[in-house]
Amino acid sequence: MTMNATRRQFLAASTAITAGVLVRPATLLAQDDVLAALVKSYAGSATPREGRVKLNVAPLVDNGNSVPIEVLVDSPMTPANHVVGIAVFNEKNPQHDVALFVLGPNGGRARVATRIRLATTQKLVAVAKMNDGSCWTHTVEVIVTLAACIED
Amino acid sequence: MARTVITIPATAKRGEIIEIRVLIQHPMETGYRRSSEGAMLARDLIRRFVCRFEPNTTPSSHENVFSATLYAAVAANPYLSFHTVVNSSGVFVMQWDGDNGFAQTERAAITVR
Amino acid sequence: MVLRRPNARPSQCGEMMRLSLWLVVLLLMPGAGVSTSAIAADADSRKSGFDFMRPATQALQKDDSQNPAMLWVKDGEAHWASSQGQSKKSCADCHGDAVKSMRGVAARYPAFSNAMKRPINLAQQINLCRTNQQQAPALPVEDQTLLGIEAYLALQSRGMPIAPPIDTKLNAARTRGEALFKQRIGQIDLSCKDCHIDQAGKSLAGNVIPQAHPTGYPIYRLEWQGVGSLQRRLRNCMTGVRAEPYAPGSEEMVALEAYLAGRAKGMLIESPAVRP
Repeated sequence: MTMNATRRQFLAASTAITAGVLVRPATLLAQDDVLAALVKSYAGSATPREGRVKLNVAPLVDNGNSVPIEVLVDSPMTPANHVVGIAVFNEKNPQHDVALFVLGPNGGRARVATRIRLATTQKLVAVAKMNDGSCWTHTVEVIVTLAACIED
Repeated sequence: MARTVITIPATAKRGEIIEIRVLIQHPMETGYRRSSEGAMLARDLIRRFVCRFEPNTTPSSHENVFSATLYAAVAANPYLSFHTVVNSSGVFVMQWDGDNGFAQTERAAITVR
Repeated sequence: MVLRRPNARPSQCGEMMRLSLWLVVLLLMPGAGVSTSAIAADADSRKSGFDFMRPATQALQKDDSQNPAMLWVKDGEAHWASSQGQSKKSCADCHGDAVKSMRGVAARYPAFSNAMKRPINLAQQINLCRTNQQQAPALPVEDQTLLGIEAYLALQSRGMPIAPPIDTKLNAARTRGEALFKQRIGQIDLSCKDCHIDQAGKSLAGNVIPQAHPTGYPIYRLEWQGVGSLQRRLRNCMTGVRAEPYAPGSEEMVALEAYLAGRAKGMLIESPAVRP
């Protein structure tokens, strides 16, 4: 009985592992496409480039219910040269939008902070749109650990 | 009315960059959760936050300082921090709007020294 | 509510403050030497749950302008001044300014209630005031207003050492609480001690197991997305080991609170704290 159960568990587990190995790269590719598509839709006609924006978030968080994030953009924030908007998207929550921010030309400093929910370990991207039409991105990966002793 | 905590300096020098922090009490119910009895919990979100500045001299010539569109991925009791340049004494008017007719406005004055 | 100065309270400065307070304690102690350092060493081995959190979560607690529990404090502050029940009296009508009159009060609970002839916690004392003085109905367990008042009162003791009353009438509850703390319970057959003393500092799922010192209640728990009491937290552990939790407000729950307060005696109050 015990032997049988162990053998069955082993077989089930090894099948799952095999399936995981086979499926995983395809899934990952699809997820990258998800973020890329979201960035593209926000960027509009501009070609999004990496750089000038920094998405600060702890690489490992205590609880996915409230994850502090900060978006900093390298910009003088003058009427001639400023950030128009910032978008944050996630990869694996039920809904990919996190927040959209609109900054005034009188913002002084292109820095926005908030707290977000992350359902699981995943990538996050921040996109900054400048008044010259250019778009800049920063993608980070956050590891969300599962809490123990959750409410019944 | 929902409780708020707004952190903003009382005074600033002309042209100074200040940080504004706002916290508001709200569950930000996602619409993806179930109650302990198994029923779906209806979505109840703050959808939008707007901060504008009304100079004391000409309140009608208000300026949009910052705005945010929030989704289910924003944590309960939403917190926002942003910056602005202060050029004159006036009032920051902060407005939250959301599902189920949620609407709240708070005001915070600043004096330019 | 508009906060003009984030970090206005020096007690928020965590480690530095704790360190300097210990220095003050050491300096004030007569006849330093062996016994003093022994006390200090003993105190050093106790750690608040704050010390086990990642920096991002610590930051939420350290700054009132970011701490979501301050929203509940504002609720409590407003309630303190509002008239209640048939008496039409507010808390402030009897107790005055809470910032002065309630300083250090939360640090002394649970305390023995002569009226009830048993130990009670702070929430039960608030409800006694409501029913006896304000002639208002008692607030239910984990009621948001009750938690708000508790948080507001606990804030008035922030930075002060936990100071359980020297009252022999509490001894029975403390002994009972200690026995409950060490008693294995539930289908998983674990006692509080098995995790929070024997395994403290190690990981359980994604979190570090803290030493179970009630330094910050009521707490804003990220897991709850809201504020809750020590009893709610105890209940979580009990259901976690698949045990039937003691009833809220029961003698067993208060006994556990009394034992924990004694165990954490002298540790600094951080209320309203943030925990994962």
